[in-house]
Amino acid sequence: MSATVTGVLRTAMLARIVAAHHARDVLRKRWVIAYAIGLAITGDLLLRLAGSGPSALVSLLNVVLLLIPLIALILGAASLYSAREFTELLLAQPISRRALFIGLYLGLTAPLMGATFVGLLLPFLVERALDPVTVPPLVLLLAVSVLLVGVFTALAFVITIAVRDRARGLGVAILAWLSLGVLYDGAVLAIATAFRDWPIERGMLVAMALNPIDLARTILLLRLDVAALMGYTGAVFRLAFGSTAGLMLALVLLVLWVAVPWMLGARAFDRGDF
Amino acid sequence: MIRFVDVHKRFGALPVLRGIDLALAPGRVTAIVGPNAAGKSTLIRCILGLTRPDRGSITLADGRDMRLPASRAGIGYMPQTPSFPDNLTGHEVLAMLDALRPDVVPDSALLEHFEVAGQLDKPLRTLSGGTRQKLSAVIAFRYRPTLLVLDEPTAGLDPLAASVFKAAVVAARDAGATILLTTHVVAELSVLADEIAFMHEGTIRFACSVAALLEETSAQTLDAALTALMRSPMEEIPDATLRADGDISHLRVVRGVRT
Repeated sequence: MSATVTGVLRTAMLARIVAAHHARDVLRKRWVIAYAIGLAITGDLLLRLAGSGPSALVSLLNVVLLLIPLIALILGAASLYSAREFTELLLAQPISRRALFIGLYLGLTAPLMGATFVGLLLPFLVERALDPVTVPPLVLLLAVSVLLVGVFTALAFVITIAVRDRARGLGVAILAWLSLGVLYDGAVLAIATAFRDWPIERGMLVAMALNPIDLARTILLLRLDVAALMGYTGAVFRLAFGSTAGLMLALVLLVLWVAVPWMLGARAFDRGDF
Repeated sequence: MIRFVDVHKRFGALPVLRGIDLALAPGRVTAIVGPNAAGKSTLIRCILGLTRPDRGSITLADGRDMRLPASRAGIGYMPQTPSFPDNLTGHEVLAMLDALRPDVVPDSALLEHFEVAGQLDKPLRTLSGGTRQKLSAVIAFRYRPTLLVLDEPTAGLDPLAASVFKAAVVAARDAGATILLTTHVVAELSVLADEIAFMHEGTIRFACSVAALLEETSAQTLDAALTALMRSPMEEIPDATLRADGDISHLRVVRGVRT
């Protein structure tokens, strides 16, 4: 077996060990349990109030788009800051930085993905709302939600590596969440209004690609076909690409939103000082 | 044996290590002492691979660079303030660290001497600071280290545990381990240290045996000798030079120190 393959297998083995133990710690955190229960209760309430699966999904979408980035980014960053000293102890062990990074990322992200998945799916199971009309958009909601967890935990890693001070780092995390989740679409709309006489559609598409929450919203609304909730960038996106091609493109862009911060975080983790 | 050659590190515009040349001999306990902000912590972090030197090298006796993960297999590290995952138990943490070294049979002697095994079934957040410190010591000694890095190791240990710990350090030294110690407890230095390396403003100003230091400073105690050194104008303390054989006990010792 070549040295490269042996190295990759060893990295995978060590990453798995770290991920398994880190995940066990994260799964026992009260906020993770509260998050899953909160999602489930919200989903159940929305299902009862909306009366049908698709209507509940539209309402649940707005909760998901705000709550998942908040939990994954801010509580993820807080959790990473708390684990910093133990991470330093692990760095002093015979394990490569890359293996440790992969292990820590999976150890944080997998339990949050699991909590999100269970929290969103459970009310539909309990309320027996898994009819043929509801299942396809629900599957998409679950996939996009899990991807959003991946995006924002990767961003949490980038922030906690780049900003050593916990208070400042959490401030940056809150600012990032506010910017992407709340302010971004408003700012884009304001720019679009100001430059309405100019051909800015291409710029608007780029603007959407630069915000994972916008991407997630567009993916889900393209599937649910609720144009009124789509926002400015989403509407331009549908006009440009149509529903199916647009859906695929937005999904690819969202996967890139997981990959790029992940690689930035891994690079910073490899090269940085602790 | 671990050897530092011309190690430099700066954080932004601030130079923290300015050309560290030092060799730590096996079978000896070397205490790094010096005033606050002398660069002791950064030096330790460089050994552990937490901080990367800008220039220079830190190598083991066989020439392996300390930045390589495999070089850290022989390190036992005890940080000043141990911190563990809140929701894991001590046994789970030990199992995780054991799994990272699958080819080493863990040494449970210190675990038994501290008599903490019964408490390691509880979540670590529920343990006292002293018990966490004992667990930290257990981890440092568990994999039969050839290089022990002990950063203020007895802070938080009760007298009995501190005595057990010191006995473990002496045993590791006698078994040939290279031991690096930082502490502000002079009584601990007196008991454990064979060599003293004095750091100031990112450089090793001198390194010598404890006996040589006492002789040169005409001090009766290590406490008096160190106090005299820290009060001396630094220009009166000659820079250390590294012998090719890496034996710091023969380094040029301090001259012109006021006692």
